[in-house]
Amino acid sequence: MEKIFNLQQLINGIQLGSIYALIALGYTMVYGIVRLINFAHGDFFMIGAYASYFVIIFGTLRGYHIPVILVFIISIAAGSIAAVLANKIAYKPLRYKPRISALITALGVSMFIEYLFSALPFIGPSYRAFPNEQFIKSKIFEFGNTTISNYIIIDVLVSVGLMIFLTYIVKYTRIGMAMRAVSQDKDAAKLMGIDIEKIITITFIVGGGLAGAAGLLTGVSYPRIFPYMGVLPGLKAFIAAVLGGIGNIPGAMLGSYIMGISETFATSYNSLLGEGIAFAILILVLLFRPQGLLGETVAEKV
Amino acid sequence: MRLKRDIKFLLYCLIFYIAIFSLNRYQIIINDYILNIINLSLVYVILTVSLNLINGFTGQFSIGHMGFAAVGAYISGVLTTIIWKINPSNPLNYFLFFIALIIGSIASGLIGFLLGLPTLRLRGDYLAIVTLGFGEIIRTIINNIDYVGGPRGLLGIPKFSNFTVIFIITVMSVLIIRNIVFSTHGRAFKSIREDQVASELVGVNTTKYKVYAFTIGAFFAGLAGGLLCHLLQIAHPTQYGFLGTIFVLIMVYAGGMGSISGSIIAAFGLTFLSEGLRFLLRWIDNITPTITVGIEWRMVVYSALLIIIMLYRNEGLMGKREFKILIPEEEE
Amino acid sequence: MKTVLSLRNVTHYFGGLRAVNNFNIDLPEGALWGLIGPNGAGKTTIFNLITGVYKPTEGKILFEGKDITGLKSHIIVDKGIARTFQNLRIFNELTVIDNIRVAKHFKADYKITDSILRTKKFYNEERRIKEEAYNLLKIFGLQGRMNNLAKHLPYGELRKLEIARALATKPKLLLLDEPAAGMNPREVGSLMELIHSIRDMFNLTILLVEHQMRVVMGICERIKVMDFGETIAEGNPDEIRSDRKVIEAYLGSDGGRC
Repeated sequence: MEKIFNLQQLINGIQLGSIYALIALGYTMVYGIVRLINFAHGDFFMIGAYASYFVIIFGTLRGYHIPVILVFIISIAAGSIAAVLANKIAYKPLRYKPRISALITALGVSMFIEYLFSALPFIGPSYRAFPNEQFIKSKIFEFGNTTISNYIIIDVLVSVGLMIFLTYIVKYTRIGMAMRAVSQDKDAAKLMGIDIEKIITITFIVGGGLAGAAGLLTGVSYPRIFPYMGVLPGLKAFIAAVLGGIGNIPGAMLGSYIMGISETFATSYNSLLGEGIAFAILILVLLFRPQGLLGETVAEKV
Repeated sequence: MRLKRDIKFLLYCLIFYIAIFSLNRYQIIINDYILNIINLSLVYVILTVSLNLINGFTGQFSIGHMGFAAVGAYISGVLTTIIWKINPSNPLNYFLFFIALIIGSIASGLIGFLLGLPTLRLRGDYLAIVTLGFGEIIRTIINNIDYVGGPRGLLGIPKFSNFTVIFIITVMSVLIIRNIVFSTHGRAFKSIREDQVASELVGVNTTKYKVYAFTIGAFFAGLAGGLLCHLLQIAHPTQYGFLGTIFVLIMVYAGGMGSISGSIIAAFGLTFLSEGLRFLLRWIDNITPTITVGIEWRMVVYSALLIIIMLYRNEGLMGKREFKILIPEEEE
Repeated sequence: MKTVLSLRNVTHYFGGLRAVNNFNIDLPEGALWGLIGPNGAGKTTIFNLITGVYKPTEGKILFEGKDITGLKSHIIVDKGIARTFQNLRIFNELTVIDNIRVAKHFKADYKITDSILRTKKFYNEERRIKEEAYNLLKIFGLQGRMNNLAKHLPYGELRKLEIARALATKPKLLLLDEPAAGMNPREVGSLMELIHSIRDMFNLTILLVEHQMRVVMGICERIKVMDFGETIAEGNPDEIRSDRKVIEAYLGSDGGRC
């Protein structure tokens, strides 16, 4: 009985971890390249959810069935555009100013996006039901006492697919190599002829896009969206990235799955514990292994 | 005479006090509503200056400041409302009120100390996250304690905070922090902000001083919290969440990180602006019947303001400068 | 002759990289020695190990006979070791005199309560600190700039300020990390005089790291040469100038003659 119970939670945890992974990857990539904790990253996730929401609703009202792949592209695009805008307007001007300024600005951007969406009359602060059935009909598979909905499978497959795609880009393309170079040594990369700002923009595009996709997947699987939906997942994804080693891509994936599974198991015992476990993990990591599981300590040059 | 400038400052304060008090007595210009905003501004002065000590002077990344205020508010509030059940009708109760305030502030300072000790060795961005988390944890804990009202808040707090009390405590707080800043300890704080490694290598025990800054900042935040809840007669978890801290952060940045004078101006300016904004939005609401302009728009304006300050006037109004009258004479 | 500083078999690893290998030195009181070597040889790491920025992976560091290995930096400063930095670490937004006064903080004899209440002790101590700071600035010719923000000073004066700041901690041992970096020949000349005179004036023992051979050969009594974390030669300037290993590793074919 216990064993089966845990299998269900394990599967749910993997689903949750997959979504956190998409968000955490954006966090970790941006941090790796500009050393900025982009507090607004969770809001790109939210924007992706709303973008796909409106597209599907629009389609449903007009009687079209918008192709699944198109909705995905739109949610990814929405996340990317938001990220690029944030970078261009708020982060780029502060690139060479003290870090705290960029941090506080990121906070401001995050709040601005959340409150703007909350205040806009056609979006509003309250929850909206995501039309997941109109998008992809749900199917439930049962294995003994375990139920798996097709949404879970979609979440995991899409996430893993995108992660593989990202890893391919980072490891085997020239752009990816440029990204790795910039994150290791900005000045050296510049001297090698790499256009830093272009690489940074691309990083935001990719990171934001992944977050946008996560937004769509979340809308489908946990069909309630609201302007502040990015706050907690964003924070937890960030903690997951720290757990894995901030700036480290495989670390973000590892940390996210650990986070997703821990949170699911913790919530099943006690909902308060479920909320607190993310912070508990953060405090443990920062106290005992601040560089994360897969990260390296970077000593400050004296 | 050595203290000539300080005497001048206190004189200005006295004049300000008498002016406001008299005008309010006869309800000319300074009606009770305006007086309330002034009271609020003064409390924010304490909050802003105390946060400035940690972030502006010592260069740390603390963004959970309202958590400290919450500790001060709830502890002093519980003492006066639930345990001692006192009210201002008997002037002798003011002694107990001050004791309650002090206890709340000490508790808050202690929490600052306990929080600072393990976390101050973290790098900036991480410290920010941890202090942010701390603020939220405090709020969540308070929300779950029924004894202090939980999600309904602590109600019926006696109104001990009047203009006189708040004004005197604010002036004292500003002078105390000013005196700390303009001393060898203040220089130690600033050196940590400038270059922590160099500071340690000229003999400053940077860990000790970072914790000091946190503790003192938390103490005064707790004091402000105590004053606030006895002014509004309520303490509610939502007042002390991240939103509240952002408000104070904007004031610190707008005034200038590392300027006490700037913090004072910003505290007054932004509190009045906030009220003005409320009227503006209500007025807009009346002329555009279809679109309701709710409280969220205020927050949109604040966050935009924060971004604009960060982008275009990072150093705020005063940068690191002070009004001459606040600079002790021995500095020159 | 009393030995002020001893490093015994000090080895230090950064992760898998060995930065310092079996370094030994016995610095006598009043000495003015030089530490030279190519970039990356480990010279600054030695300074960082002595001043407690890092704790050596292996080995011991003794100051005036007592073990200071692994102690926290500010305690080591209290014991009497001060340093300057390769890439200036000045308190830019503080005034020139405040830069000095910070270095006098750990010996300041009053508490925060004295600051708040502005007691007599506060005023007396502040006066003493200001006087000492002013006098120190005068020796370096910086007293005219004392109320300027440090960031407004020209480079050469910043280098002098950093040395003055180190001296403000009243050290017995002074570690100078590339004090002549970026200076023109005239400035270098007056720096060399300055180093000599402060050694005598303040009864210091000085160890300096430098690339400019004119300084090293000109004022150092004895020189240690490092490469790849190890000592490859040791001796007086003439011996070093003609040592083949040193010439190969570092000095180039002209033997370091300017």
